[in-house]
Amino acid sequence: MTLDTTHFDAVPLAPPDVIFHLTASYKADTHAQKVNVGVGAYRDDNGHPWVLPVVRKAEQLIVNNHALDHEYLPIEGLASFTSAASRLILGKDSPALNENRAIAVQTISGTGAVRLGADFLARFRGTQTKVLLSNPTWANHKAIFNDAGFKDVADYAYYHPATRGLDLEGMLRDLRAAPEGSIVVLHACAHNPTGVDPTPAQWNTIADVMIAKKHFAFFDCAYQGFASGDLDRDATAVRYFATRTELFVAQSFAKNFGLYNERTGALTVVTKSPETAQAVKSQLAKLSRAAISNPPAFGARIVSTVLNDAALYAEWVENLKTMSGRIQLMRTKLFDALQKLGTPGSWQHILDQIGMFTFTGLNAAQSQAMGTKFHIYMTNNGRISMAGLTSSNVEYFAKSLDWIVRNVQ
Amino acid sequence: MDRRRREPTAAQTQVFQVGCRTNLKTCRTAGPFALSLASPRLLTNPTMYSCVSTAARTARVPGLVRRAASTWANVKMGPPDPILGVTEAFKADSNPKKMNLGVGAYRDDAGKPYVLSCVRKAEQIMADKHLDKEYLGITGLPEFTKAAARLAYGDESEVLGEKRVAITQSISGTGALRIGGEFLNRWYPHAKRIYLPTPSWGNHTPIFRDSGLEVHGYRYFDKSTNGLDIEGLLADLKAAPERSIILLHACAHNPTGVDPTPEQWKAIHEAIDGKGHYAFFDMAYQGFASGDPQKDAFALRHFASEGSIAGEGRLCLAQSFAKNIGLYGERVGTFSIVGADAEEAKRVESQLKILVRPMYSNPPMNGARIVSTVLNTPELHAEWRDEVKLMADRIISMRAALQNHLVHDFNSKLNWEHITSQIGMFCYTGLKPEEVDRLKSEFAVYLTRDGRISIAGISSGNVKYLAEAMHKVTKDRA
Repeated sequence: MTLDTTHFDAVPLAPPDVIFHLTASYKADTHAQKVNVGVGAYRDDNGHPWVLPVVRKAEQLIVNNHALDHEYLPIEGLASFTSAASRLILGKDSPALNENRAIAVQTISGTGAVRLGADFLARFRGTQTKVLLSNPTWANHKAIFNDAGFKDVADYAYYHPATRGLDLEGMLRDLRAAPEGSIVVLHACAHNPTGVDPTPAQWNTIADVMIAKKHFAFFDCAYQGFASGDLDRDATAVRYFATRTELFVAQSFAKNFGLYNERTGALTVVTKSPETAQAVKSQLAKLSRAAISNPPAFGARIVSTVLNDAALYAEWVENLKTMSGRIQLMRTKLFDALQKLGTPGSWQHILDQIGMFTFTGLNAAQSQAMGTKFHIYMTNNGRISMAGLTSSNVEYFAKSLDWIVRNVQ
Repeated sequence: MDRRRREPTAAQTQVFQVGCRTNLKTCRTAGPFALSLASPRLLTNPTMYSCVSTAARTARVPGLVRRAASTWANVKMGPPDPILGVTEAFKADSNPKKMNLGVGAYRDDAGKPYVLSCVRKAEQIMADKHLDKEYLGITGLPEFTKAAARLAYGDESEVLGEKRVAITQSISGTGALRIGGEFLNRWYPHAKRIYLPTPSWGNHTPIFRDSGLEVHGYRYFDKSTNGLDIEGLLADLKAAPERSIILLHACAHNPTGVDPTPEQWKAIHEAIDGKGHYAFFDMAYQGFASGDPQKDAFALRHFASEGSIAGEGRLCLAQSFAKNIGLYGERVGTFSIVGADAEEAKRVESQLKILVRPMYSNPPMNGARIVSTVLNTPELHAEWRDEVKLMADRIISMRAALQNHLVHDFNSKLNWEHITSQIGMFCYTGLKPEEVDRLKSEFAVYLTRDGRISIAGISSGNVKYLAEAMHKVTKDRA
């Protein structure tokens, strides 16, 4: 009997992941003034990764505590972590929490939370349900919902290139046009990639339309504390929606705890009743058991240690302010440098946009030229990570940007 | 007590609507709705009560009181996990002699979790380095996956030498199985059907079903001998349609502890080879079965070096470090595929990345770094070899002790040979469900209803008690 010579000859070579590829190219570059404004990971003013001092403290406590073992966590994760996580996003006075209508399941950071939520929705709402993502959104959102099996993943208008701000009219139009009961992914704060967030009044209007259309609110919250520097302020949209509707919120602790590689996250769910909350939790656990069995302990222990201790929590708040403060300073410095250079166009959006990223307005050709000509690595959509700027490279960056704007169409 | 049937309150009706089977402790609905022992399944877990079945029998709800419907009105309460449910019940028991023989996590002779000394040392080394927390690549920590591949396939492995192995770090064994299931569902060019041994680990079926594969079984465990049904196994492999995907437990079969001998493995290999089947190995106990990681990898390495399976690359592996390095909760594992050649391995690796990125982006560092430090530091690697042998030896000695007590101290007339011929953490005792129930209710010995015990839960302090309990519930067998 003849057998195929291989089972996988139809498997094509996939293109490398854009962001990771960018970082790899940056690492390989030997130019003295190279700048990486690609990946959204925080850097200190020397361009180095920064492990939060409070995280180091918590880590030492954990490693030196020989009463701790490496036993399995429950399927839903470390309880002291998940309860603190949902309290963090919903607020300690949250009616949903106090009435036992909210639950949380630990996940593999934000990605894992979005995927778990998507898998749940696929199973219990059906894959024919329309999913609406902001235009633009984090590149992985579409892949997650596609892989969860959704057949109809579409956009809602969001970013207005002319104003470099929110296209509220377009967004509401698209939400109204979508079939009733669609799933809508919203960025809780510090929109990735644009940095454009709705105002509280605008969130109010968005909620009105969502509720009238019975759409399901799926928040992605990767930057709580990082956007404004204030944890409660960054949670405003989620908390407001929680007073009016059921929702999912995918929480990442990658950025606000600097715990990128320990994959610490949670999916918090707000429902209408305690019974519903328990039923949903049990089904999330069932999905998670068939995907990962139970989540990783280390990062969750760190976050739990910090969130549940008053002194460590206060120290974390300070560490957060250090990071958001430096980002804010870089925004100011870049804006000032461009003003001084008289760079054509308005650069106000550098100050107005929120969080780690700025949507510069550069097109693909210009973004690429920043790399080839000036060894400045950024994604083709014109997005830059402010964390990649430092007091020693911001002038170089501004000059390069100025040249590109003047010379590259 | 007023036995008139009362109209259900809105809250009670809502419970009825949702189909809730809430644990009595957390159920906030009082009254007749909270008590029902209608379901036989509940006898094994007396803390669970069925609100629905009582409501269905006693309530004649004139018109369901509907609150504003939740989005999740159709979401039923999921069943408790059968394996983890055993631990829940155990925890609730106050009997001082209670024993937990449910979950397969190693325990020392004092019944405590055991953190390996090589792990503590690795952790200290890591803490002193003050490493950053930057993202790993999608496929994880390279020093870890390389060392893990060498451990599994062998330092001298041809497929490794020829760069034919595409490997990614995974969320322990479960994550690896899921990546494999999803990858095969997406890319396997033949029927998306996987065959599991009967029985297999309970979680295999949900993992592969959720991956989109059809799940079938092949004969494996012989109840009459408590051993391997090799004839049935080979017959089923030959009867399966060509190019089926066959799941194999590399060593220390879970839940039975019954492993093929090397000769039997060769026959299994021939059957799989001849039918063009695809071999999917699950290796969760390397080192744990015999005490020797090299020996425990025999089956995998045989498949990776012989016949068309090796030649064409019809082999993949889910590898777990939960048990053999005791890193359960850190979730350390790998998934690897052997390709036809290096070029295919590259294509496959690129598609593994595309698959993993929308699952969880990239894997957790801590556990992988611990394993990498242990495997790549000669003194720690040697210490690990000693410790895994220590764990395996303790298991083996508990098996011997249990059998010895049953036969010599309690004069059981039944055949308990399988206790010592079976391998690894688990023993399929052959106990019947009713006997398992009695072990729980009369002796506070907790195990899953299929009669599986985790030998790791036995210590020199309680092995005789267990033997006595097992004897008492089986001595009146016809």
